[in-house]
Amino acid sequence: MRKIYSKIDAIAGNVITVSAENVKYGDLAVVSSSSGESLANVIRLNGKNVSLQVFSGGRGVSTGDEVRFLGHPMQVSFSDNLMGRIFTGSGKPRDNGPSLEENMIEIGGPSVNPAKRIIPRNMIRTGIPMIDVFNSLVESQKLPIFSVSGEPYNELLARIAMQAEVDMIILGGMGLKYDDYLFFKETLENGGAMSRTIFFVHTAADPIVECLLVPDMSLAVAEKFALKGKKVLVLLTDMTNFSDAMKEIAITMEQVPSNRGYPGDLYSQLASRYEKAVDFEGAGSITILAVTTMPGDDVTHPVPDNTGYITEGQYYLRNGRIEPFGSLSRLKQMVNKDTRDDHRALMDGMIKLYASYKESLEKKSMGFKMSEWDIKLLKYGELFEAEMMDLSVNIPLEKALDRGWSILAESFTPDETGLRTELINKFWPGNKEEN
Amino acid sequence: MTKSIGKVVGVNGNMVSVEVDGNVSLNEVGYIVLNDQRLKSEVIRIQGSKAEMQVFEITTGIGIGDPVEFTGELLAVELGPGLLTQIFDGLQNPLPQLAEQCGFFLQRGVYLNALPRNIKWDFTPLVKAGDTVTAADSLGYVPEGIFEHQIMVPFNMSENYTVESIVSAGSYTVEEEIAVVVDAEGVKHSIKMMFNWPVKKAITAYAERLKPARPMITKVRIIDTFLPVSLGGTYCIPGPFGAGKTVLQQVTSRHAEVDIVIIAACGERAGEVVETLKEFPELIDPKTGKSLMERTIIICNTSSMPVAAREASVYTAVTLAEYYRQMGLNCLLLADSTSRWAQAMREMSGRLEEIPGEEAFPAYLESVIASFYERAGLVRLKNGKEGSVTIGGTVSPAGGNFEEPVTQATLKVVGAFHGLSRERSDARKYPAIHPLESWSKYPSIINGNQIEYARDVLFRGNEVGQMMKVVGEEGTSIDDYVIYLKADFMDYVYLQQNSFDPVDAAVSVERQQYVFSILLDILSSKFSFEIKNEARQYFNQLRQKFLDYNGSEWQSDQFKKLEEEIKQMIEEKRNGYLANADKLRNS
Repeated sequence: MRKIYSKIDAIAGNVITVSAENVKYGDLAVVSSSSGESLANVIRLNGKNVSLQVFSGGRGVSTGDEVRFLGHPMQVSFSDNLMGRIFTGSGKPRDNGPSLEENMIEIGGPSVNPAKRIIPRNMIRTGIPMIDVFNSLVESQKLPIFSVSGEPYNELLARIAMQAEVDMIILGGMGLKYDDYLFFKETLENGGAMSRTIFFVHTAADPIVECLLVPDMSLAVAEKFALKGKKVLVLLTDMTNFSDAMKEIAITMEQVPSNRGYPGDLYSQLASRYEKAVDFEGAGSITILAVTTMPGDDVTHPVPDNTGYITEGQYYLRNGRIEPFGSLSRLKQMVNKDTRDDHRALMDGMIKLYASYKESLEKKSMGFKMSEWDIKLLKYGELFEAEMMDLSVNIPLEKALDRGWSILAESFTPDETGLRTELINKFWPGNKEEN
Repeated sequence: MTKSIGKVVGVNGNMVSVEVDGNVSLNEVGYIVLNDQRLKSEVIRIQGSKAEMQVFEITTGIGIGDPVEFTGELLAVELGPGLLTQIFDGLQNPLPQLAEQCGFFLQRGVYLNALPRNIKWDFTPLVKAGDTVTAADSLGYVPEGIFEHQIMVPFNMSENYTVESIVSAGSYTVEEEIAVVVDAEGVKHSIKMMFNWPVKKAITAYAERLKPARPMITKVRIIDTFLPVSLGGTYCIPGPFGAGKTVLQQVTSRHAEVDIVIIAACGERAGEVVETLKEFPELIDPKTGKSLMERTIIICNTSSMPVAAREASVYTAVTLAEYYRQMGLNCLLLADSTSRWAQAMREMSGRLEEIPGEEAFPAYLESVIASFYERAGLVRLKNGKEGSVTIGGTVSPAGGNFEEPVTQATLKVVGAFHGLSRERSDARKYPAIHPLESWSKYPSIINGNQIEYARDVLFRGNEVGQMMKVVGEEGTSIDDYVIYLKADFMDYVYLQQNSFDPVDAAVSVERQQYVFSILLDILSSKFSFEIKNEARQYFNQLRQKFLDYNGSEWQSDQFKKLEEEIKQMIEEKRNGYLANADKLRNS
């Protein structure tokens, strides 16, 4: 029988301090107050003083409330029953289903031995040409979507969740607006993808500490499924909220802030989550796609900046489109050599022409006279934006490549594209029909 | 000496406070005993009987009152034959063996022997009974891959000793006694092939430190020619994310003309280390004809591994480099990235509640960085041979801004600065080292006057380029325009290098010197063009030829043919030399 402590010595923000014995670092406790029960975990031990962060917040907690230690760290249930379910950041059901308490696993486990990792080799098809053709997503990759508030990043994530060729999706929502949460739920339900999805959602109205648990809960579950052979895609939105939650707790704990108030271990904290992305040899894999909103569109802000050093490339979402410049999938070379002969060449060629289009557009806006070549480029650019870049386009890679060729054929003569002759002979629309 | 014990009295992140019973020293290693696990930790502060320890593992589950056992020893690594080809974590745990034992995940509290205990090495003695020896003297050697691994008197035995006995030639394991030596007081010391050395203490068992003078060839043109690094020197590569720091390090680790390469992957992506892990055993070192792995040691403490071990990993790496230097070898240590190491220090400093310096980095950041880089150096050993440790560290400045404390502290102590620029990497100009902002204090493989001349063209070309953005091409004189084209030409054909092209990826010194002379010929020539378009077309053509030339095998028929064509093109348009070119020929 574990002892119950009924005297709380200090309450500051979400952190309470009690005098207790035989408590382990990281242990979980239940705080019962007049406003109900809440979980809390140990974040500092100092002699008899035990500091805990209360998941539901310090508000309403009284110095006479009870604290009961559970003798184990934070856990989450793991079984196939999780499929299609929605949970809060602390693992309680958010839908009306039963709460799950079987087969509890610890969260935030050890990292994978680098010697056991393998070189990534499988592409994840999403049906979005700007990803599949130009910056392929690769199994076991970790990629952020850099975006400004107001961009349709959640729509993009929902579409990827619906379309990505993976076995299951785990969606971790941090500081989500309630509307966005409902949007995800409805989209996946209507699209019939709910049965292969698990939600861990912290909404903006929920206690901040639960926000911190979302990535660990999502990734702990993902890891177990991956070890059972599942290809798991983890979608996290939005990691900036997660970092801000961390900042809030760190400041409450009177830690010395490093850069714009963020704690000094921001990089390590983010890395320990992102590095969970892995391809287990002989089993499944975890791929992470995470939204990072850039406050003020500033990529040097500590959150996107640290993220960029951790992840394997990034997608820039701007004006409702995945920007071809700046976006980069560092692992695309691993997979796009094996898709179709024309993939790499078309990818480079179309981007180069699109860059020229941008220059022509600039000239046009400055009132310069448009040459014949400029007019061709302008036509190409518009076609490219409408038929390739638009986020609503949903076609498989091969169709997207074919469409690329037809856009080129509509705008240019073969020798204007700068593509190799053998490819043009093989893929140029007119030539192709003759074969 | 009895070893101290203690009890945990506080836990804060990866820092644990311990009430110590007995004596304890700074940087001493202790183990926190947690049921069946023993978690390695290091003392980082002592106050009265209370010691603060950084734990090299995840601290979850540690409770007040848990026992702590101190070892009486500082954090140390094992030195001896069998280090090469290995992959260690920051504390010298061999990762592949750890994987065999624990599977996919790094289980905490598992520590394995760094040196294989079962391998028998063919020992050849070099001394005989009665000889006098001291620290770092060779007692014999064993073959380790392509090297003769010297078995030395441990570096802490600094007195004079008389060899009492030494084993005859034969096979021995690292734990077997190979010699017994007697000191002046008559005390016997048993010597094995392996011994321990504390990582935070530099190995100084050499005769003297020399000034680095010979270049370390990286086969990257912009480095060897314009921004050279000497054997025994130090350099740093700061750059924003995605600018190609890691690729540059990988290229260097493959092609650098040194004996031993030690890669310290410190707090970076695991995926990148995996590429090296999987590719190196298959790549052939052109110099030796053996796999590249035979000259490589990888210290791998990636970003998700415990922070305190990350701090230790760079010291582990430099200690191994110093050890091989004692055998008269040239070692290159590539640390990627030193910012992660500095951040690890910042985390600990925060937990110790020290008064923070700039950006919350500890006040001692600069001196720690300085003393780390100072462990590099060219030395003359007691036997007259020379050995060196060259350190190249990447820096990951927050926001790509070089004004931050880690970059600035590093710049103060290194001999060369290879700053990567986002501008150049966005334009796909690789390696993205900025040719004008970067500098080096080491001598180049090419005459200084000529380098100065080329750099001047680059500088003026850049100025003209800036001006042209304002006044347009129309407002630029043709002479200025040609300077601009020359600078651009040099950038394309000499400063940029295609690391995926089998020939262009690694350029020998001989070829660099040869090609540079042709380049210089072009830069110092006076060309007469009527209009700018003509000039541009001419340089575009020349550039295309030169790129093909760069991609053709050294001294092949293709190479000679293209060279002939290039020279012909130059002759056609040349109208004498520029006035300021005289000094080139005089030199």
